[in-house]
Amino acid sequence: MDLELILSMANATLRLATPLLLAALAGLYSERSGIFDIGLEGKMLAAAFAAAATAAVTGSAWLGLFAGVAVSIMTTMVQGFASITLKGNQMIAGVAVTMLAAGLTTFLGQTWFGQGGRTPQLSGDARFERIILPYANELSGVPIVGPIYAWVLSGHYILVYIAFLAVPATAFVLYRTRFGLRLRAVGENPKAVDTAGISVTFQRYQAIFITGILAGLSGAYFSIAQGAGFGNEMTAGKGYVALAALIFSKWRPVPVMFTCLLFGFLDALQIRMQSTELPLIGEVPVQAIQALPYVLTVVLLAGFIGRAVGPKAGGVPYVKER
Amino acid sequence: MAGSPDTHSQRPDTPAAATGASGGPWAIELEKISKSFGPVRANKDIDLNVRRGSIHGIVGENGAGKSTLMSILYGFYTADSGTIKVNGKAHTITDSRHALALGIGMVHQHFMLVDNMTVLDNVVLGAERSALLSRTLDRARAELIKLGKEYSLEVDPDALIENISVGQQQRVEILKALFRGADTLILDEPTGVLTPAEADHLFRVLETLRTEGKTVILITHKLREIMAITDSVSVMRAGEMVKTLPTSETDPEQLAELMVGRRVLLRVEKQPPNVGDVVLEVANLSVTDRQGVARVKNVSLSVRSGEIVGIAGVSGNGQSELLEAISGIIDPSSGTIAIGGVPLDIRGDDGAARARKAGLAHVPEDRHRMGLVTNFEEWENSILGYETYPAYGKGMMLDIAAARAEAQKRIEMFDIRPADIGLQTANFSGGNQQKIVLAREMDRDLKVLIVGQPTRGVDIGAIEFIHKQIIAMRDAGKAVLLVSVELDEIRSLSDRILVMFDGEIVGEADPETASESALGMMMAGIGQTETAQ
Repeated sequence: MDLELILSMANATLRLATPLLLAALAGLYSERSGIFDIGLEGKMLAAAFAAAATAAVTGSAWLGLFAGVAVSIMTTMVQGFASITLKGNQMIAGVAVTMLAAGLTTFLGQTWFGQGGRTPQLSGDARFERIILPYANELSGVPIVGPIYAWVLSGHYILVYIAFLAVPATAFVLYRTRFGLRLRAVGENPKAVDTAGISVTFQRYQAIFITGILAGLSGAYFSIAQGAGFGNEMTAGKGYVALAALIFSKWRPVPVMFTCLLFGFLDALQIRMQSTELPLIGEVPVQAIQALPYVLTVVLLAGFIGRAVGPKAGGVPYVKER
Repeated sequence: MAGSPDTHSQRPDTPAAATGASGGPWAIELEKISKSFGPVRANKDIDLNVRRGSIHGIVGENGAGKSTLMSILYGFYTADSGTIKVNGKAHTITDSRHALALGIGMVHQHFMLVDNMTVLDNVVLGAERSALLSRTLDRARAELIKLGKEYSLEVDPDALIENISVGQQQRVEILKALFRGADTLILDEPTGVLTPAEADHLFRVLETLRTEGKTVILITHKLREIMAITDSVSVMRAGEMVKTLPTSETDPEQLAELMVGRRVLLRVEKQPPNVGDVVLEVANLSVTDRQGVARVKNVSLSVRSGEIVGIAGVSGNGQSELLEAISGIIDPSSGTIAIGGVPLDIRGDDGAARARKAGLAHVPEDRHRMGLVTNFEEWENSILGYETYPAYGKGMMLDIAAARAEAQKRIEMFDIRPADIGLQTANFSGGNQQKIVLAREMDRDLKVLIVGQPTRGVDIGAIEFIHKQIIAMRDAGKAVLLVSVELDEIRSLSDRILVMFDGEIVGEADPETASESALGMMMAGIGQTETAQ
């Protein structure tokens, strides 16, 4: 392995871990408040489409991002209304949102742009550009630190940096603020929160609002940063992988980051391995390699996690006695 | 502090709000409070006055509406009609936050704590003073230590709730209320989960609170506690306020009568036993749990027809395991069991079914964990465990009509209320749920009846009925083995008492002659074997 390969793998890992991380953190807020969120995938898909469509029409990536987040929040609120206010089944609400997003994005895409559900290719200001961190070129000559700074940390889309800054921010919110204390409590024992004089409903809506923002950023990343336009089902089950990462890290922000990096690395490995021949085995079918991250997800979840006890009140609508 | 044993005649009701001038002596005044849940009227025109600086007891059977009334005062429910006055001023309490602001705190029967958070986090939850926690937590820690000393409610602020005892968790609940500046503290069935020593400590805490000028409302169905600690007592029955009395002018018999609405025998009446041959023979039974700890050690006992053998002991000394082994639920590591001289193989997953076929009926200690599927309809629970019997159908098919008919018959025989075989079992009160289990196990051709904690969480009225049924089984010539942690129950029902300590039978006693202190010594593992007969 040469240094260049390692650096480029590390770079790809960060890039591929970003949407997972944003989505997993989105799920963290929702699930910590006691709302299971199987609809992450749907929100991401809706946001990816809205972002790409808006960027295509307006020519502005920022407006696209704004639209993606807004649509994701709206989708989250629909799901939240069903599971918080109407006290419906959270699994069904999540699945419904995902199915709705899958159908609606394709339908609207075809209606508006006539390209088989895809949005037009984005170029220029309609798509985010990579950010070169200050002095990246100058420092690239410095041994060890220089290349890492210049080739791994520098040169990402702004959403990558937002995602990784969201990790300490989430940890701080969760463990150091009043909001976080209540958030953790409401997912464990909503009655304790209610009897302490806090509205369970409002607390949960606040939590899923943040979920909506983060899922929106994650979705937009697919279509206006990493990709240049929306394609059918472009989130490719990443919402579910993020959920797996969330469970694997037992709903804690910093472990969530490391788990997403691991999944991102597996994804990067998968891409790298597609064109190489393995010793003894020869060329492996592309499909088998593409399946690798998913297979490993199953293995990790089944074998290594031990007992993952989620927030105790998760999945149960809060109803006062009787 | 016991009630004066003078007259048992009716006394006039203490007039409501006799001195109810505004800002008068009352901390809490409730006037004509009503609350319905659908068709159920949980509270009907309730009047209640609680004197400031007193301990006021509220008694009533399960479902009498005590908890509902207090939840209304605490703002958890909103009353349909009526007024609430706090310190003489009328308020419409909209939510718990409002109640807390008015100085009303509540310790719920099921604690409102977040198990995986610390004591400190739980105390400040909802009472944080700023968006960032650190300053609030520092101040709360100091306050907690101060309150802990003042009221002898010491707890480690950094311990996780799930790692501390139930008694400590209750302290946290009281601290939560005091931290929020509560002047009036409502405690809902606070001693149900406590050991006797913890309960004694709680009562000392309550007395300290009274000395400090706080008002305490104590909801309970244990009359002994009412007599021991309260200044006045209100009795509720079927959603109505029956009477309020000064505690010094009443006694447990009168309170029980007011609660149930008729005279209640607090003592069991029974004829001398008509003892026959040995029916249940347990020899050298030992049980080892999954951790390899010996729970039951070489226990031998026999129960003859027409007698009740009671096993006394402090909870957790192997009684539960003994019962479960004999009834075939857990496998003993060694020992034999015989019914009517016929050896019974109770090992394996179908051990319980074989035991049942051999004529052994079992009323488990915990009806929710073992006796019932609470979201089944009543009639379904009424055949549970016996569903393969020919009476309820052939082959794969259930004879639902037959099962329902039998359930209907039993509901009448055991006076189970409401008399609705289609009602979800969870909607019956504790006493009626227990009757469903008893009816299922007793109403068949059995030789041995094994009963664990027959009256745990059961109202006074139902207790009397259940005791009568157990005596009736004895008088019908069945062998009855009874386990209870209530020593009074063991003493009044049993014909023979065996005392269990640390997995062994450490003594036998005659309930007529054995003193409570002698039994207590044996239960604590001290003293010599006392042999009856």
